[in-house]
Amino acid sequence: MKKWLPYIITGLLALLPLIGLSTYMMHILILVIMWTVIGMAWNLLGGYCGQVSFGHAAFFGIGAYTAGILYFKTGLSAWWGIPLSIFFVSVASLLIGYVTLRLRGPFFALGTLAIGEVCRVTAENLRDFTQGTLGIMLKERTWIDKTWYYYIILGIAVFTFISIRKIINSKLGYYFVAIREDQDAAESLGINTTLYKTIALILSGVFTGLAGAFYMNYMGYIDPEIVFALHDISIITIMVVMVGGVATFWGPVVGAVIMVLLAEMIRSIPRLGVAHQTMFGILLILIIIFLPNGIVGDFSKIRKFFRFGRAG
Amino acid sequence: MSVQIEIFLQTLIAGLLLGGLYALIGIGMTLIMGVMKIINLAHGELMMVAMYIAYWLFVLFHIDPYVSVLIATPVMFFMGVAIQKYLINPVMKVESILPENQVILTVGIGMVLSNMATIFFTSDYRSTPVDYASNAFYLSDYWRDSPIELSLSIPWTVSFILAVIITVSLWFFLTKTDTGKSIRATAQDKDAALMMGVNVERMRVVTFGLGAALVGAAGCLFIPIYYLYPALGGKFTLIAFVITILGGLGSTIGAIIGGLILGIFESMTATYVGMGWAPVGRFVIFIAALIFLPGGVAAILRRHKLGK
Amino acid sequence: MALLEVQNVSRFFGGLAAVNDVSFGVNKGEIVGLIGPNGAGKTTLFNVINGFYRPSKGEVIFKGERISGLKPHKICKKGIARTFQVVKPLQRMTVLENVMASAFVRARSRKEAEDAALELLEFTGLIDDRDLVSKGLPLGKRKRLEIARALATGPELLMLDESFAGLNPTELNESIRIIRQIKERGITILIIEHHMKVIMSISDRIVVLNYGEKIAEGPPDEIGRNPQVIEAYLGEAHNA
Repeated sequence: MKKWLPYIITGLLALLPLIGLSTYMMHILILVIMWTVIGMAWNLLGGYCGQVSFGHAAFFGIGAYTAGILYFKTGLSAWWGIPLSIFFVSVASLLIGYVTLRLRGPFFALGTLAIGEVCRVTAENLRDFTQGTLGIMLKERTWIDKTWYYYIILGIAVFTFISIRKIINSKLGYYFVAIREDQDAAESLGINTTLYKTIALILSGVFTGLAGAFYMNYMGYIDPEIVFALHDISIITIMVVMVGGVATFWGPVVGAVIMVLLAEMIRSIPRLGVAHQTMFGILLILIIIFLPNGIVGDFSKIRKFFRFGRAG
Repeated sequence: MSVQIEIFLQTLIAGLLLGGLYALIGIGMTLIMGVMKIINLAHGELMMVAMYIAYWLFVLFHIDPYVSVLIATPVMFFMGVAIQKYLINPVMKVESILPENQVILTVGIGMVLSNMATIFFTSDYRSTPVDYASNAFYLSDYWRDSPIELSLSIPWTVSFILAVIITVSLWFFLTKTDTGKSIRATAQDKDAALMMGVNVERMRVVTFGLGAALVGAAGCLFIPIYYLYPALGGKFTLIAFVITILGGLGSTIGAIIGGLILGIFESMTATYVGMGWAPVGRFVIFIAALIFLPGGVAAILRRHKLGK
Repeated sequence: MALLEVQNVSRFFGGLAAVNDVSFGVNKGEIVGLIGPNGAGKTTLFNVINGFYRPSKGEVIFKGERISGLKPHKICKKGIARTFQVVKPLQRMTVLENVMASAFVRARSRKEAEDAALELLEFTGLIDDRDLVSKGLPLGKRKRLEIARALATGPELLMLDESFAGLNPTELNESIRIIRQIKERGITILIIEHHMKVIMSISDRIVVLNYGEKIAEGPPDEIGRNPQVIEAYLGEAHNA
């Protein structure tokens, strides 16, 4: 049963648009799947390899701007940004890794945070290239209907899920976890920690960049404040994984569902909307204190809690 | 030519004054980092809270921001103590896959603080209309035949001098008092400090309070010369972090030098490259420090056996 | 020719010499004991050989090739593996995964890594614990896990840093048996140990360090009679 779960879920998701969901429902689903992709990507680097990034907006934004600038400068379809982003994000990740991976632990986290901000400020100031804070808008979206967008992001998600699963069960996965658990021990056991951390960073960046390139096509508008956002992208990415479960396959999925629904819920309640960051902040604090390994990671804890509640 | 020199010197002075305030922010951060080995990503947000306190004290009760230092600083101290005691300490005991949880926790705290500020005070930019805001000393008033003209803004100068005084008092506290010595011992070697009978958990609480108090004081000093808006916290958290990397993690002297370097560099970027690029300059220096100066200024000092 | 040659190695920390001008060789197939009072520089020397530290002076030669200055993972691939004084198992991995992670250094496939790891767990008597998370293992087993993990990288030289400290007599005998068997497999061993009886009984040769300097070298019985060595240890007992 467990082995077939991914196939069953994919199958069900593929059939979902056929039952005629409202545009709004489709939008929510698309966001959930997009955040799942970003969460899985972050989890590869943060959860498995132990390198906690506070700057995944950098990869997301570079992916989005690859598509955006391509469209804006050459007039080609922004969809070409999806394959092209793989190249550009890889190069960017290599550079980012060169600078940040010499830092360890929380300092790496802050280094990536700074990189994310560098990207945002650079995009704001390189006006000839990015239109600065004006942003880039697609003159017309490819489809009015959301179905195709849904299938494209679902395809990206399935591709990401399968790839990451393959990676984690291979030599790479063992090396990543070994680096997370003890970098010095890993190095002395013959693992080239610099090389493998860089690989983890590039892989994680590329998957995030795919989501970014998709976002450009789907939303039709980007600006530096949106795609390089510290709180609304980088921190939410961490929250998706933290809430769902660090270093678990299903954590990012669960986390994305909860975070997107929660965001929509908070936004839809009048007057509460402005407080969405407070809500997220409190949720983050509560999760860290009570479920540090997330809902999937601490599932046994949750179950125990409820059983205890019933008995007592 | 003399205009060029004038601009340069004026920029340098502005950078130096800004750097002094930056140093105060950086010291608070580096102190927390040294003792707790964690990065406080709510640092700028704490400063923002102190700034709102000073702002409202001025607007409602006409208390001068410089007097508010005496009010806001203790308030921030207790806020820092509460955060450490009730939020961070419990998390330090929880076992989890990622040790960065504590850092992420401070992000959560920062988010709540800045969002609350937006809700209560709106995201408007506010400035505090102290009546000496645009007063300045002019070089020509003192030296009539001076070939160049320089000005020294009075609130900037006062803030700078107060920042220096606070820094010096902190230095006395850390080197001369028992609590100060215990804090330094905890920062150097937690286990050794424990064996010497230092109450490490208490020191952590005190240190976080102290860090918050310092950045709170810096906030009050910024009030007469700076705009105030809720999102300013995030910006200053980053500044504090850049200073600490530049200065060397956990090094107080490093933080002072790092603050001055950053202040001058930002001021130069703003004058010679363009206002919008000042934040980029900040990060360029940050990345350059990471690549070319691992260990920061503190490492250079150590190499030349100047500091500890 | 010696398998490993340490030539005039020094390592300074802020002006203080943790290791000062130490030279010795380890021949193929030998078990060489490295002893000395606390703070004598034994672990520092391991860190130099293993590549964590660059020697401040001197060099380390392995199979006729200079290895000092290489990164630890390169040195490991050349055939030197080590364990740590403070055991560093990859806590949240199972025992099997721990050994597999290092077996991948040589293995070409997952299957190969798994087979190699299982064989080593059998060898070190940890096979029944293979699916346990290594964090929960008792100290004796954790120390053996470290040995298994080091062996999985396929070393010619195995450096053991206090693999016997804190073990009970049963565990001790088990570990001694394992080390003898490692030697039979043709693997050379350099071992740091405080447990005098153990080191005297298993070593072919002993090198003694004190205050970062080599003060004696020779077969165990000779070392046991060396007045300088006795004084170094007595000094330690006095100071303690």
